[in-house]
Amino acid sequence: MRHIISVLLENEPGALSRVVGLFSQRNFNIETLTVAATDDGTLSRMTVTTLGSDKVVEQITKQLNKLIDVVKVVDLTEGEHIERELMMIKLKANSSAAREEIKRTADIFRGQVIDATPNTFTVQLVGSSDKLDAFINALSGASLLEVVRSGVSGIARGEKVLSL
Amino acid sequence: MELLSGAEMVIRALRDEGVQHIYGYPGGALLHVYDAIFQQDEVQHVLVRHEQAATHMADAYARATGKAGVALVTSGPGATNAVTGIATAYMDSIPMVVITGQVMSFLIGEDAFQETDMIGISRPVVKHSFSVQRPEDIPSIIKKAFHIAQTGRPGPVVVDIPKDMTTPTERYEYEYPKNVKMRSYNPVSRGHSGQIKKAVDLLLGAKRPVIYSGGGIIMGDAHVELTELARSLNVPVTNTLMGLGGYPGTDRQFVGMLGMHGSYEANMVMHHADVVLAIGARFDDRVTNGVDKFCPTAKIIHVDIDPASISKTITADIPIVGPARDIIKEMIQLVKGAKTGPDAEAAKQWWQQIDEWRARHGGRFDINEGGLMKPQQVIEMLSKVTNGDAYVCSDVGQHQMFAAQYYKFNQPKRWINSGGLGTMGFGLPAAMGVKMNFPDAHVACVTGEGSIQMNIQELSTCQQYDIPVKIICLNNQSLGMVRQWQDMNYESRHSQSYMKSLPDFVKLAESYGHVGMKVDKYADLEGAMTEAFAMTDRLVFMDIAVDPFEHVYPMQVPRGAMRDMWLSKTERT
Repeated sequence: MRHIISVLLENEPGALSRVVGLFSQRNFNIETLTVAATDDGTLSRMTVTTLGSDKVVEQITKQLNKLIDVVKVVDLTEGEHIERELMMIKLKANSSAAREEIKRTADIFRGQVIDATPNTFTVQLVGSSDKLDAFINALSGASLLEVVRSGVSGIARGEKVLSL
Repeated sequence: MELLSGAEMVIRALRDEGVQHIYGYPGGALLHVYDAIFQQDEVQHVLVRHEQAATHMADAYARATGKAGVALVTSGPGATNAVTGIATAYMDSIPMVVITGQVMSFLIGEDAFQETDMIGISRPVVKHSFSVQRPEDIPSIIKKAFHIAQTGRPGPVVVDIPKDMTTPTERYEYEYPKNVKMRSYNPVSRGHSGQIKKAVDLLLGAKRPVIYSGGGIIMGDAHVELTELARSLNVPVTNTLMGLGGYPGTDRQFVGMLGMHGSYEANMVMHHADVVLAIGARFDDRVTNGVDKFCPTAKIIHVDIDPASISKTITADIPIVGPARDIIKEMIQLVKGAKTGPDAEAAKQWWQQIDEWRARHGGRFDINEGGLMKPQQVIEMLSKVTNGDAYVCSDVGQHQMFAAQYYKFNQPKRWINSGGLGTMGFGLPAAMGVKMNFPDAHVACVTGEGSIQMNIQELSTCQQYDIPVKIICLNNQSLGMVRQWQDMNYESRHSQSYMKSLPDFVKLAESYGHVGMKVDKYADLEGAMTEAFAMTDRLVFMDIAVDPFEHVYPMQVPRGAMRDMWLSKTERT
């Protein structure tokens, strides 16, 4: 099963490599990984999506907790949560039919054209990973030139907060 | 406040941490630190001949005392040579602080002379590591390093210090912190009372219980409590390779080591148990054999300081996270206060069954009348000559298993071996680390002609510092454990397991100023060994010729159940 794990870690040199190293060392899978500083400059927030049985995911959270630089770990998929991923996608758009089709599909998915040339469109789309996949599928008629995805960020619904 | 250079702060912090010996080897990146060592006499430095030995000495000191050992190595090759020793300590959860020199901070990343990314190279085998970025952080980093190494599940910590952090002319106010506070590191300090109560209820209702304990009892100083609990419940106790000495080896309730080369009775007890109380052990693959067939009728209670050890390989029915000693104490109180004690009739039947198993194998081995000695005979003699009271520091291979099986350890911290990583070359430096700190104790290095040659250069260190260990070398002229597997699984094709061109170990020992002895006949063994241990101020290298065809038994059948064992070359359960 797919899990979204949120990690608060010390914003220290080498902290990220400890987390990434742990995943490869213990043969855990990483689907996506994002990391950036938070409002508290001493802390980074990382979101990892991984595939694994409950037993494996339990090991992942336990092993993450053992890392000295890791302050808190939460498996967001255990409760109600929101996930978002950002995608930028560059498409060939050199005929008016293709340009119309891409714009129409982008509208349906609430994407925006953020750059255009006589031959290309670049579309930005935000949503769950599934929605991003669906958008790519819906555009299967158009020719994709480049896809950039940010990886998943996640947050719990309601009043639950992951902080110190 | 006193002003000290970074180099002086390193040594002063070690002193303030109570460190007496550091084991190391100098080099360019550490010259400032070595100059600071020269100018004081409170922290003694021991100069090894290879950095791996420094880490094993520090590691063995920790195993024998429970306190973190300290190794000091330079950047580049010094650091990489230490990696095997760090991994050895990591696998066995041994507290150790390894200080590594590093090239100047402004050269990092430029492939400078003797530069290596030690933080990166050591990352998978350390509990944590620090890279010093500012000289004034040295005291607090060293304090944290010891704190992390010695608390929770212990482990090695690396402190990497670029050379320009130790410049003698740059001085800073020095104060060694009294306390450590880290928001991201808070080891569990006590077990969950509700879980402990459930565990005791399960144990009191058990008909065929067993206690399976490991290195957590040794490092957690819980042997007294374990013994009391086992006696109050009248249950059999088996120890892992790392746990030997955690329960008295000559006690009636002790059924021996378990696992791949465990005793017949220990493995049978495990297989047939209805309740297994695992304490400070991690269900290693050398213990469980095939996990799908492991203890088919047992409920598992698992006590461990490390939550990640619980349900990692074998799912625990009752997990308890916390320090072994406090949890066992709480269990003892609950057993004492229980309305009804353990089922006496069930216990009688269980012990009757265990005694039958004991009678079937009981550690027997055949001896060659008039022929070559059996390695088991040598270990039994070592046990006799040292009254079972020596520190036995083992290398890795058949001799290690024979020592584990035939030396009866009645005290913890006397059996010093590389259990998890299985590091050949561990034995001699380990014995040295123990002997330097326990000069009046008998310290034996049980080794083979293969393992001893992996760190034999340390005979020179022994000469320099007068470290009179006794080397018991079981010489079978082959890599015995490799050969045994080749016999059993590769139709005796002995690929690269024969040791040609052995040195004359007697002359070799003598060339370093030590005493060498060669023993070929069992009839001479007791006299020679007694003489060796009587020479309390000399290192004695005993080169003992043993039967090269001997195998270690019992041996579990791969991927079978606990009870599936070879008991000799021809007999299977």
